[in-house]
Amino acid sequence: MKLGRGPVLETLRRLWPLVALVAIVAAIAIVASFAPAVPQRRTTQALINLVAVVGLYVFVGNSGILSFGNVAFMAIGAYVSALLTMKSAAKSVFLPDLPQIIASAEWPALPGALAGGAVAAAVALVVGWPLMRLSGVSASIATFAVLVVGNVVFGNWTSVTGGQNSLMGLPAYVDLWTALGWAIAALVIAFAYQETRSALLLRASREDEAAAQASGVNVVLHRLRAFVVSAFLSGIAGVLLGHFLGIVRVENFYLDLTFLIVAMLLIGGRGSLTGAVAGTIVIALLTEGLREAEIGFQVGTTNIAAPAGTGDVILALLMLIIILFRPDGIAGGRELTWPFGRR
Amino acid sequence: MERLVQIVVDAVSVGSLYALTALGIGLIFGVMRLINFAHGELITLAAYTLLALSGMPVPVMIFGAVAVAVLLALLTERAAFRPLRNADPTTLLISSFAVSFFLQKLLILVVGSRLKGLDFLPALGRQTELFGVRLQLLQIVTIVVGIVLLVALTWFLKATRLGLHMRAAAEDFRMARVLGVRANNVIAVAFALSGLLAAAVSCLIVVQTGVVQPRMGLQLVIIAFVGTVIGGLGSLPGAALGGFLVGAGSILLQALLPPDLRAFREAFVFVAVVAILLFRPQGLIPARGLRERI
Repeated sequence: MKLGRGPVLETLRRLWPLVALVAIVAAIAIVASFAPAVPQRRTTQALINLVAVVGLYVFVGNSGILSFGNVAFMAIGAYVSALLTMKSAAKSVFLPDLPQIIASAEWPALPGALAGGAVAAAVALVVGWPLMRLSGVSASIATFAVLVVGNVVFGNWTSVTGGQNSLMGLPAYVDLWTALGWAIAALVIAFAYQETRSALLLRASREDEAAAQASGVNVVLHRLRAFVVSAFLSGIAGVLLGHFLGIVRVENFYLDLTFLIVAMLLIGGRGSLTGAVAGTIVIALLTEGLREAEIGFQVGTTNIAAPAGTGDVILALLMLIIILFRPDGIAGGRELTWPFGRR
Repeated sequence: MERLVQIVVDAVSVGSLYALTALGIGLIFGVMRLINFAHGELITLAAYTLLALSGMPVPVMIFGAVAVAVLLALLTERAAFRPLRNADPTTLLISSFAVSFFLQKLLILVVGSRLKGLDFLPALGRQTELFGVRLQLLQIVTIVVGIVLLVALTWFLKATRLGLHMRAAAEDFRMARVLGVRANNVIAVAFALSGLLAAAVSCLIVVQTGVVQPRMGLQLVIIAFVGTVIGGLGSLPGAALGGFLVGAGSILLQALLPPDLRAFREAFVFVAVVAILLFRPQGLIPARGLRERI
């Protein structure tokens, strides 16, 4: 029998982008597990970023609308999970005014994480219902408003979030394997979503909104679905970040993180899941290299180092170059294809 | 009564500031469907120019700020936006996002991220009495500058040849080109004007706050964006109105909300914005010619 025939291989061929991406991500994590503690932590951080980028991709890639608001959903996830899983003794010190139910909650990690994602998704459903009626750049600006409102609320709702003070003492349970598990779960969810009929219709509206509407596609509904799935994954990414650092600080969930996540997706290519993964890996490697350059290296007795902040400038410049010369990013809107012969 | 007048003057002056910012953004959107994040960096860099020139005579400082903002606007157009002129609006948006972050990070790299004090035109901070109400001179100056620039811009658009070209380009860019409007000229002039507006906003905001920092422009621009969206993207009167409403609304909320809710005023403003968009997704004054013909 020729390779590529038969129902099993047909299924494998269809699932190939997912299988290949999961294999790549898992391989990176396994290699990192043999490395010393510091590179291991950096890899964990990169895997968390991957969850965030994949979350952003679910909406941006399928709808064609750039969202700046997903970091607000990350913040929601981080705060919800923090409040549910922290020791109630710690909460009574930092947040004496919490409602009794939350103050006494000491949930295990997984339900806390799922609750973080679920609340983010629920907020997205409420917020998205009016916003998804907007199209194109108006919708992008509206998602920016979501980011700002989120920041204002979290920064000032002192009785629940601690306001400008940080929430400290989260159980720091996120290690390499937890992050890998969620990264794989995010890839599976994103892939499963983009194979649905709803996602296909949404991509039709991305290509030509008027034509899709004329063919009976309920654009607002499908956009809203993508937005909710995307917010769930972003919420999970926020949960992971909070429990990785052991601290939730409102300014960590604002413009700089938005820029990083958006840059990763756009450089990789916003049109495909492969692009999301590629962007995360490339930027993680680049950031690592630049971090070394900022620390500097020894030449004889003098230390030559790039000034601090060079990394950010180069990242912004790279994004500009990509958008000017290869607007569809590294992956160019394509998924990895079955490498063993044509159909 | 006196307090009421003070609140209204305050709201109108902040509203004018945001209207000017939103106009700068709206001008560019009108001619090339670009949401210009980098408008914020025009404001920021104009403010840093004031800082660099501090100690010089005031007209020199203002001239320097205007020159830097206009040149930077033209430079970003040439380097980052002209090559993408036929790209879709989302690509343009991404490009301006990247330009904005590039300039901001470059500025942080060169001057650091700490905020710096700058005592520019301290005389404007004085209280003054007008019709029996004590007001800050700056607020009146802001309102006057806002009105003057608005009138001048309207005159330019309605009464000059270049203004006519610009309105034609905003209505239907391809048709305007076919009829002999020079695209590069029109777009360059729009960017220069947006630079001028940015410099004006920059001077006013520096007098008001007395500090400069690398993020100042972006903060203003994010709120002005929302103004342009509720006003109706692509419509200049819409941008001015939307910017004004967002700015004035946040001041009115600051004055009218109970103290423990004041910190949330931006959230309230943006919720109001969402409510407006529910009923008028095209904005308050929808632009003609923006709706794509099929």
